Amino acid sequence: MYTTDSYEGMLAETITIQGSNDDFIYAYLARPLGPGPFPGVVLIHHMPGWDEWYREITRKFAHHGYVAISPNLYNRTGHGTPEDVAAKVRADGGIPDDQAVGDIEGGMKYLRSLSFHNGKVGVIGTCSGGRLTFLTACRSEGFDAAADLWGGRVIMTQEELTPNMPVAPIEYTEKLTCPLLGLFGDEDQSPTPAQVDQHESELKKFGKTYEFHRYAGAGHGFFYYDRAMYRQEQAVDGWQKIFGFFEKYLTS
Amino acid sequence: MCTMIVEKTGIEGSGKGTGGWFSVNQVNVSYDHPFHAPYDHALSLDFVNESKGLDARVAVELSPDSAQKLVESILSALEQGKEQNL
Repeated sequence: MYTTDSYEGMLAETITIQGSNDDFIYAYLARPLGPGPFPGVVLIHHMPGWDEWYREITRKFAHHGYVAISPNLYNRTGHGTPEDVAAKVRADGGIPDDQAVGDIEGGMKYLRSLSFHNGKVGVIGTCSGGRLTFLTACRSEGFDAAADLWGGRVIMTQEELTPNMPVAPIEYTEKLTCPLLGLFGDEDQSPTPAQVDQHESELKKFGKTYEFHRYAGAGHGFFYYDRAMYRQEQAVDGWQKIFGFFEKYLTS
Repeated sequence: MCTMIVEKTGIEGSGKGTGGWFSVNQVNVSYDHPFHAPYDHALSLDFVNESKGLDARVAVELSPDSAQKLVESILSALEQGKEQNL
């Protein structure tokens, strides 16, 4: 926690990284000034897109002492306002899981290349980003902690599989490579409490290190202060859980 | 995407966006988290012409009840037009 007499400086800007297929994509990077070394975190944006909320929380992580990077997973769709781009992605049924995992890995590799990085990388996402957080933490080496915030479609029926999402992330649970934090609202419809139970059972079955927190009175997206979904008390507690979890696994 | 509910339909007509009128050739109807409307889920209508760029989009987000009323109003107006031989 900073004190009012301590110096704080931050650099936040759009950069270019290499993602899936070695494609160049934009990312938003925020870092504390100074030599560090700082722990890293990759932020996976949600369905509404690479938007202002994600820029804000990227800077929030930098304020808390992390080098944070938010790759633009919708970079290949085109450019415009975040909503116009996201509307096109929504119409097209999302983006391929393989491509997204490659882009997220690209963010991780970029952080690991930095001279002021401490060698530890976390990954966090909300909504579809939460789903991709779990998927990536199962499919990739190089992450030291993961936080899945209300990711729906971790559990998927056969009928729900698509060419973009050919395998349900839950099928990869045995391969989870790092400790997992999960935050869920009890009133959420995707994932439902029953699906969260199922997710937890799989983690226990394979002896994974995890921590799930379920919030009464909260549904989907309860961190979004600019939406009707916002639940102040639950969101404040959720942020404390996130920073406590990442401090435990990323700063030692 | 959360619900993955989206219907795409080819249409003919015009829409008025931020840059003025343009020809629309597709409407994307989704039932998912809205960008702006104050609901967890909304019926969203995106009238687009992708050949003119991603900003060639007229967007409306409705509560599910409002979307149902819209459907009924559209059908009613069309029926009245038929009666008048339009």
